[in-house]
Amino acid sequence: MTGTGALLQFTSIGKQFGGLSALSDVSLHIQRGEIYGLIGPNGAGKTTLFNVLTGLYQPSVGEFRFNGTRYQAGKPHVLAQAGIARTFQNIRLFANLTALENVMIGRHVRTRAGVFGALLRNRVTRNEEQAIAERARELLHYVGIDKPAQTLAKHLSYGEQRRLEIARALATDPLLLALDEPAAGMNATETESLKTLLQIIRSSGITVLLIEHDVKLIMGLCDRVAVLDYGRKIAEGVPERVRNDPAVIAAYLGGEDE
Amino acid sequence: MRNAPKNLTLWLLFAVLLLLPFITDALLGRGWVRIVDFAMLYIMLALGLNIVVGYAGLLDLGYIAFFAVGAYCYALAGSPHLAQAFPIAFPDGVHLSFWIVLPMAALLAGFFGVLLGAPTLRLRGDYLAIVTLGFGEIIRIFLNNLNAPINLTNGPQGISRIDPVSVANVSLNFTQKIFGIELPSVHLYFYLFLAFTALVVFVSQRLEKSRIGRAWMAIREDEIAASAMGINTRNLRLLAFAMGAMFGGASGALFAGFQGFISPESFSLMESIMVLCMVVLGGMGNIAGVILGGILLAILPEVLRHSVVPMQQALFGKVLVDPESLRMLLFGTALIVMMLYRPAGLLPSRVRRRELDTDEAVERV
Repeated sequence: MTGTGALLQFTSIGKQFGGLSALSDVSLHIQRGEIYGLIGPNGAGKTTLFNVLTGLYQPSVGEFRFNGTRYQAGKPHVLAQAGIARTFQNIRLFANLTALENVMIGRHVRTRAGVFGALLRNRVTRNEEQAIAERARELLHYVGIDKPAQTLAKHLSYGEQRRLEIARALATDPLLLALDEPAAGMNATETESLKTLLQIIRSSGITVLLIEHDVKLIMGLCDRVAVLDYGRKIAEGVPERVRNDPAVIAAYLGGEDE
Repeated sequence: MRNAPKNLTLWLLFAVLLLLPFITDALLGRGWVRIVDFAMLYIMLALGLNIVVGYAGLLDLGYIAFFAVGAYCYALAGSPHLAQAFPIAFPDGVHLSFWIVLPMAALLAGFFGVLLGAPTLRLRGDYLAIVTLGFGEIIRIFLNNLNAPINLTNGPQGISRIDPVSVANVSLNFTQKIFGIELPSVHLYFYLFLAFTALVVFVSQRLEKSRIGRAWMAIREDEIAASAMGINTRNLRLLAFAMGAMFGGASGALFAGFQGFISPESFSLMESIMVLCMVVLGGMGNIAGVILGGILLAILPEVLRHSVVPMQQALFGKVLVDPESLRMLLFGTALIVMMLYRPAGLLPSRVRRRELDTDEAVERV
């Protein structure tokens, strides 16, 4: 399976915090164009894995390849440049900036204007600015935020803030969109429309990595699922098989309803 | 069509500014024109600090150090002083043109900005404030003590006889006649400072509404999210420090040329706090607010100085409270009142204003 089509490849990743081993010997790979789910009970190491993937943490051991390049000491902005965009479990928007500005900032990594461009505001810079704003408006529309673009991010509703994070991440033109519990705190309707949105995003050719507590959402959406428990991968495969895996059932026993 | 009134306001403002030294001179006397000149320098400083504090959200309590670097840069390169340290190399000191030293001063200050920024990359908030405060003090103490073994800064005595600024070979230190209008030195410096302030406002405005400005604000709002969005937070923080420092350095060189004398006393911690107060009082991140803060805090002490003593004498027949200590008391009170009633400053930045508007709208509903 570990083949040429893999967009992301973790080989024996381990991460330790002092004596605590948050991840040990995790290997997995994500194919281009799939929706890959990562589940596990609380404290299983999902978010740690996620932070390794997006460059916030440096793995203690193991190798991490993305789009054919090996990243050792990943820096978040380097990985964003490479094409990994993320959202945060506890929403981290630029709260005092407008919805539009939030998405425009996402374009930063794909645009060039520097200090001189800003000062001279020449044709190139003006065109770029216009393109940034245009693309940002498009993305706001794409994720379904119909409030005025000038609304401050913190004045959006919870569901809209989640969507705005996705729009901001999409603005970086990612190859891989990594979502950390995007459905947390959403009601059933919001979760359903999130599911639709993620399917649309996938059909546009972006690979999606999804960490989720909502097992129903994961099972209904993902092509493949991996289960983490105590920092180890205990199962991986199509949702049907993972759901019936005895190890998974044991890990979740009493925890979740599925 | 809608631009017409705005343009008219701008022209009016321009006319008032051109006449300002004459009006001030006629109404209040020449000493006040000098005070207005200093207010312009403070505005430049406050706008520079606004880039660091207002846009990028990096609390800098040692900002005056960059002002000092710029001032000493011109003081050394435009005065007889270096003859003392290097009598053979520079028998008459160094007398470079102001216009050559100015970019050098700005660049050197910018370099010091990076020097301060680099070791503090991981720090934020209070911790950053403490380090910057220390940096400001280090610079001042160096200036105080670099008179031995080589007399570089002349220590606490400071450097005097700094060359005046000249524009097109016309020295600004003497009254000049232009188009039959007599322009005293303070007037000439006013126009020089006005031009520089306009430039600083222009640069700030352009930066604010640019890709760079947005990235700074993203760092201010959430540094981790900013880096996850692909913003190189290290470079942009350094850039913010360097840009702010360059403004500080340029105003420092102007200050040295204007005063003709500088000493470390002008660059104390109190000055850093003063400039920071201007930014906070006026409205962090808002150019108009920062200018207003600069004007108020630069002019107010002088108003007090000129009014407190006569007032006390009229009331009590003698001076009970020294104007200097009263000034601090009033400042403290003003800041506390501000924090209670207008925490976002006198003229809050556009975003904060909008935020207040929205809150009101919500309440009305």
